[in-house]
Amino acid sequence: MTVTEFIVSRLNYWIYIILMMIGLFAMISKKNLIKKLIGMSIFQTAIILFYVSLGVKEGSNIPILEHSVSHAAEHGEIIRAEDYANPLPHVLMLTAIVVGVATLGVGLAIVQKIHKEFGTIEEPEILAKIESGDG
Amino acid sequence: MADQYPAIILLAPLFAAIAVSLLGGRWGSVCLPIVLAALGLSLAVSVALLGQVAAGGEVVYKLGGWPRPFGIEFRIDPLNALLLIVVTTVSLLTAIYSIRAATTETPDKLPQFYTLFLLLVTGLLGMTLTGDAFNLYVLVEVASLTSYALIAMHSKRAVLASFNYVIMGTMGASFYLLGVGYLYIKTGSLNMVDIGEILRGSGLYGSKTILVALMLILVGLWIKMAFFPLHGWLPNAYAYAPSSTSCVLAPLVTKVTVYVMVRMMMTVFGPEYIFSFLEWSPIVVWMAVIAIVAGSIMALAQINLKKMLTYLIVAEVGYMVGGVWMANETAFVGAFYHVVSDAFMTLCLFLAAGAIIFQTGKHTIPEMEGLFRKMPWTMVGFTIAGLSMIGVPPTCGFFSKWYLISGAMEAGHWGYVVALLFSSLINAILFFRIFEVAYFPKFDPQEESAEEETTGRAGEPPATMLGPLLITAACLLLIGIFNQEIVTLIRQAVNTFGPIGFIG
Repeated sequence: MTVTEFIVSRLNYWIYIILMMIGLFAMISKKNLIKKLIGMSIFQTAIILFYVSLGVKEGSNIPILEHSVSHAAEHGEIIRAEDYANPLPHVLMLTAIVVGVATLGVGLAIVQKIHKEFGTIEEPEILAKIESGDG
Repeated sequence: MADQYPAIILLAPLFAAIAVSLLGGRWGSVCLPIVLAALGLSLAVSVALLGQVAAGGEVVYKLGGWPRPFGIEFRIDPLNALLLIVVTTVSLLTAIYSIRAATTETPDKLPQFYTLFLLLVTGLLGMTLTGDAFNLYVLVEVASLTSYALIAMHSKRAVLASFNYVIMGTMGASFYLLGVGYLYIKTGSLNMVDIGEILRGSGLYGSKTILVALMLILVGLWIKMAFFPLHGWLPNAYAYAPSSTSCVLAPLVTKVTVYVMVRMMMTVFGPEYIFSFLEWSPIVVWMAVIAIVAGSIMALAQINLKKMLTYLIVAEVGYMVGGVWMANETAFVGAFYHVVSDAFMTLCLFLAAGAIIFQTGKHTIPEMEGLFRKMPWTMVGFTIAGLSMIGVPPTCGFFSKWYLISGAMEAGHWGYVVALLFSSLINAILFFRIFEVAYFPKFDPQEESAEEETTGRAGEPPATMLGPLLITAACLLLIGIFNQEIVTLIRQAVNTFGPIGFIG
């Protein structure tokens, strides 16, 4: 297997890892608290993307049966799982999106309170204020 | 009715949280009775459930009646039945303590405080009960989101500490979620028991995907439980939080996460994979040794009482992780017994610290002069907890250290034995330093009487603070005296994990 094949055959994994690392970098190294939260959002979205890409199958349809199971049995149609995309990871991600939104909401509320208390959202300035006994 | 016990335990605080948030805004006085009733009900049902489990073995509760692996199930064995009682008892005692503490610290936000408090307890109980890997992620986030908000309610420093906790906590939970995703790729299941059976049955032990899943899940949980060097968020968050918040967070969050790690290791990946196939046990135990030593030394460097206690938690997490990863039954029993006893020790210390700060307004150790004379009963509670942290019999701290050390000797891991003894010595220095300062009154009696007049509050804290403190101190002695009963329960659970005497 060549290097190109190695990358192309796992493209969804590469994309999610790159996005995740961008998010992680922002969370760790950015000094602005809002930028940290943006990083956090990218980080969580990368994981959602990873899960969503798990359910995809080549040549598959949306996971809704056109007719009922009994109807299919009468007409001799066979319902095969591989014809349909896997809905479970998508459903899980609905919950994860809710959790992500809630986390972002709490994070933004906390940043708002930090701004009210310290008058700034730049981490070095806040730390300087705490050092000088203003905290 | 008895079939519904697991659901009642979880739903009582959840519905109470909804009731408090609806009614609390208009009638503030109904908050507290609802909170106490809900937690009392949960505690009573947890005790009944432990009776059921001890008599009849594992209890499985299928939500909505869907069988495994389609539905979510609650699975209760002696380990989590024991932990349910710990969680409900600690939260009930803290709720009683908060009657005065919360009304003083966050007077204008009482309904919000109690709503978040109950949701936090719901999250922790859910983490303990659930047998589904994804459900666990959601409940971990329920517990974390509420604790971010609870911490941020207080002072300026607490808000910043809470923000750092948001960032670190989200990282931890996301790594866990990613790990579950990798497990799902390989096994197609989210039920913990089912994943375990598939891993064993289909010979997936050699798979790189499973290895990555294990690493991601472990890193995620280690961030959440503040395992050194991933502990950065914990000290500030717990030290600056309001005292009724830190009293429920500090004893419970780290211990419940340790339990989650145990569940992941024993039920999902299985002891054969973790201990026999991977042979990571020595590496993780050495990491635990570093955590114990580092936590103890950092605690020694603190002058702020609550901050010192938070670094002791970091060291205690090292005890438990090391004990679980020691790969023999004695050390595992010691580690889980330590989960139970450390929850009460930490609670006792934080209740005492909260009461001292509430009465005197002083945060640092050198300011604690003459406390034994001013508030003798509070200091009795503090002393018992301190002695238990050091490991003096008959307190529970002695027995957990005994099992941990004998387990480490069986495994031949002398580094861990030395670290445990070293940390006990440091604890002895820490607590006897406080006892010494607090036992002897200030040299100049005139200065002291003048100070008492200015601070206004002196003497014992109110009964709602002193009561929980003394009950917790009594629990420390009771858990120590009845250690055989608890150990028998833990062993009963260990037997269901299969061969735990894996090595040696």
